[in-house]
Amino acid sequence: MTLYAAIFYILAAVILIATALAITRRNLVHSVVYLIISFFGSAMLYYLFGAPLLAVLEIIIYAGAIMVLFIFIIMMIRVEPSALRKPTLKEWFPAGILGFIYLAVALLVVSKDPGSHTTLKIALARPRIFGQFLFQKYWLSVEIISFLLLIALIGALYFGKAFAKGGGETKEDEP
Amino acid sequence: MIVPYSHVLLLAGILFAMGIVCAVARRNLIMMLIGVEIMLNSAGLVFVAAALRWGQLEGQVFVLFIFAIAAAEVSVGLALIIYAYRRTGSLDPETYNILRW
Repeated sequence: MTLYAAIFYILAAVILIATALAITRRNLVHSVVYLIISFFGSAMLYYLFGAPLLAVLEIIIYAGAIMVLFIFIIMMIRVEPSALRKPTLKEWFPAGILGFIYLAVALLVVSKDPGSHTTLKIALARPRIFGQFLFQKYWLSVEIISFLLLIALIGALYFGKAFAKGGGETKEDEP
Repeated sequence: MIVPYSHVLLLAGILFAMGIVCAVARRNLIMMLIGVEIMLNSAGLVFVAAALRWGQLEGQVFVLFIFAIAAAEVSVGLALIIYAYRRTGSLDPETYNILRW
């Protein structure tokens, strides 16, 4: 086992443990903090797989912006701690059977596919090369994505304004 | 030489399953959005590993788009959650049955 393989397995263990803790915590702030740890691990995996620009963007966007947004929302509204839903056996059984079939098939495909046993080699996509490639071949997609972000911004603003103008139930009581 | 590609696929598959559990089994709208984030992140992991496996940069470009989609989805989703919370005063998805008769 090389050093890189050891790094991969350590990071994978940290990511899995942190995510498992995140989805089972009752307190929302705790789960968000565990999720930040998980996303840091993912960023290091991106770096290991030769994508340094994406590793930095993962930290900035996922662990930074999105998680801070979640924490803001959790602080804005009073959240009662919530546990995992306890489904009855009748609800749980068919979903469990179907999920188990999918799990078996996926394991079979991954283990039997000869292409999936090729070992990954070390490579690095420098940010300059990556940026040139992105803006030479996929500039139209970048523009479309920027348009999507603009639409998301307008949608979020609309939901904020719709309530402020009296869409809520508390405003309807007033004359 | 890092690891076989199948190990990365297994890691991403387990992460995706955890995201599904979080999105389905938690009684909280915010935790459902967090589950969707976990699923998008595991998909990005597979894309980066595939880009390394075949030596093509397209996989990394797609991860950039996944980041943008995740940011847009989370902003609109949280705005919707705030709106719904102000109308009903709860985050439990089972209380949103005002369309039922």
